[in-house]
Amino acid sequence: MQINIAQLLAIFISAVFVYNVILSRFLGLCSFIAISKETKPALAMSLAVMFVITMSSILTWFIYNYLLVPFNLTYLRTIAFILVIATFVQFVEMVIRKFAPPLYRFFGIYLPLITVNCAVLGVAVLNTDMFFVNGKAAQGSFIYSLFQGVCVGLGYTLAMLLMSGIRERLDLCDVPKAVKDFPLAFVIASIMSLSFMGFNGFRF
Amino acid sequence: MKKYFYEFSKGIIRENPTFVLVLGLCPTLAVSISVINGIGMGIAATFVLLGSNIIISLIKTVIPDRIRIPCFIVVIATFVTIVEMTMKAYSPALNRALGIYVPLIVVNCIVLGRVEAYAQKATVVNSFFDGLGMGLGFTLALILISGIREFLGAGKILGHTLFKGFEPAFVLGMPSGALLAIGLLLGFFNLIKMRKTCK
Amino acid sequence: MKNNLFVNTSPHLHRKESVSKIMWMVVLSLVPSGIAAAYIFGLSALRVITLGVISAVVSEMFLQLAAKRKVTILDGSAVLTGLLLAYNLPAHVPFWLPIAGSVFAIAIGKQIFGGLGQNIFNPALVGRVFLMASWPKYMVAFTQPMNYDAITSATPLAILKEGRALEKIPYLNLFLGNRGGCIGEVCILALLIGAAFLLIKGYISWHIPASYILTVGLFTYIFGAKALFSGDWLFHILSGGLILGAFFMATDYVTSPLTAKGQVVFGIGCGLITAIIRLWGGYPEGVSYAILMMNAATPIIDRYTKNRVYGAK
Repeated sequence: MQINIAQLLAIFISAVFVYNVILSRFLGLCSFIAISKETKPALAMSLAVMFVITMSSILTWFIYNYLLVPFNLTYLRTIAFILVIATFVQFVEMVIRKFAPPLYRFFGIYLPLITVNCAVLGVAVLNTDMFFVNGKAAQGSFIYSLFQGVCVGLGYTLAMLLMSGIRERLDLCDVPKAVKDFPLAFVIASIMSLSFMGFNGFRF
Repeated sequence: MKKYFYEFSKGIIRENPTFVLVLGLCPTLAVSISVINGIGMGIAATFVLLGSNIIISLIKTVIPDRIRIPCFIVVIATFVTIVEMTMKAYSPALNRALGIYVPLIVVNCIVLGRVEAYAQKATVVNSFFDGLGMGLGFTLALILISGIREFLGAGKILGHTLFKGFEPAFVLGMPSGALLAIGLLLGFFNLIKMRKTCK
Repeated sequence: MKNNLFVNTSPHLHRKESVSKIMWMVVLSLVPSGIAAAYIFGLSALRVITLGVISAVVSEMFLQLAAKRKVTILDGSAVLTGLLLAYNLPAHVPFWLPIAGSVFAIAIGKQIFGGLGQNIFNPALVGRVFLMASWPKYMVAFTQPMNYDAITSATPLAILKEGRALEKIPYLNLFLGNRGGCIGEVCILALLIGAAFLLIKGYISWHIPASYILTVGLFTYIFGAKALFSGDWLFHILSGGLILGAFFMATDYVTSPLTAKGQVVFGIGCGLITAIIRLWGGYPEGVSYAILMMNAATPIIDRYTKNRVYGAK
């Protein structure tokens, strides 16, 4: 299996900055806006999402490559992926509930919501769109898929961390009432997205 | 009849999924570059919403409570797959324009939110009207945002140039412009709401 | 005149000067560069500066009236924003461009956060990247130096990016401002005069500019050419908006970290991002993007570099 370092770097920059999962692709936006009020929960959520995205990138690659493609079932991609992701998240939820109850209480509604976090399904779909040519796994597609999963998770974490820091600081500020919370969070995300555009056209 | 109209109309303004419930933002922001895309996404989502609302409210008594979410998702994913295949067959251009956001209707919070919060407890007819209203509210919100973005970002509406000499601000066609537009619109609606409550 | 809210989130608890005085001093320190720009690019540079400043002040007043807040246009901050925005534009732009930029900078960069002292991002840079994303063709049409009517002289950095083997611009020309570029960034000499004034008077500290410029120099020296350790670091320091950005925009009190340690981290971050964009990015210049990205990271940097209270764990 041949892996191209420049390709990996391009995936990294594109997944973390240029096509940041939240700020450019708008995946996982709901959780981003809802949980980024404080740094700690934001970080916890990011780690959870990063873990789930990475694992689901692996799982869905195997499902797609060894189940859907050989049996000509690629049109079932959406259903198959979402089932795999839902099952996996359910499993993680059970593990956390059992071994880390405070974390579980703390996540509340958001852990099950990772299932419907568009970022997870989005990356899985994106991986098959990008690294499968004519229904066949391109060279090194497993490594690329896995790496893209990790990088998207990093991009999610970066956006989440920056946003939660900013919003924590804004708590001390006298923000106009009409834009408090959601609207301002979107405006900040917009400026962050503008600044991330600086990496557009990155070529190593 | 009045009751049905209530179920239908609440999704349009009072509980508008985009501006009041703030749900389903990913597709809203991603595809709202042009009005055509917005309408396409709106219709696709309305179909899924309608279909899954009806089916879930029909089979609500059979679904065990503990595994209801996976069940809901399978139903929703089925409708999404129907939309995906139909769109691929009859409107490949739209399918390309909407890209991964078509399969992502599965995880659109509006659909799951309505099913979970409404259809699993309501009658079939009510669910039908709820789905239709919510879908319409979503579509209208998409038309509003994509109209603003297409006009300011490309100087056009539905592909037609309106004013000569107007220099569009490309940023509105970019992701950051989408975030800005939704942020300012939400702020604007908040302002209206505040004015109302003051009076 | 004193804005109490500023004290909450501001760095300079021990400073006697009022916020307003600092703002006006920074404006003053930017005057030499404006004079140089008028000499290099002609009256059109002054026109852009005037439009930028006036529309920034007017929109600040209008927005504060609309929000029923105290009107603080005399504190110099809006003047500074308009001035810095204009300094980041080419000299021959349509008249509405600096106006649009200033209105956006004040409205979205500042007032939507509740005004001075609460904005997360440097307002002038918010205005600039907005213009850059919206009307790129005007933002890269630079005026030729000393030739008041000719447009589309590419900046040295843009020439470098396109890989054109143009004759090397002498460092002295870069230093004095005889080159294509934005209004306020070309004359390094004038900028350094202003910067020296701010440093000596203690209105800015050396941490951010020094770490920023050194990082860019070091990084471009190591990676700037095909072979390692042979990049033209002096060229990278003197060209583009680095000096303007490092001394006058990255050092903005409101949007940069509080502690010296944090400021060094901030400067290094700015330097790395700037150099990476210059060397491998799609844009020729990365200063504004770098500073905005680090602005976004400032609350986090503050969080981890805060001086610990004695006795706390």
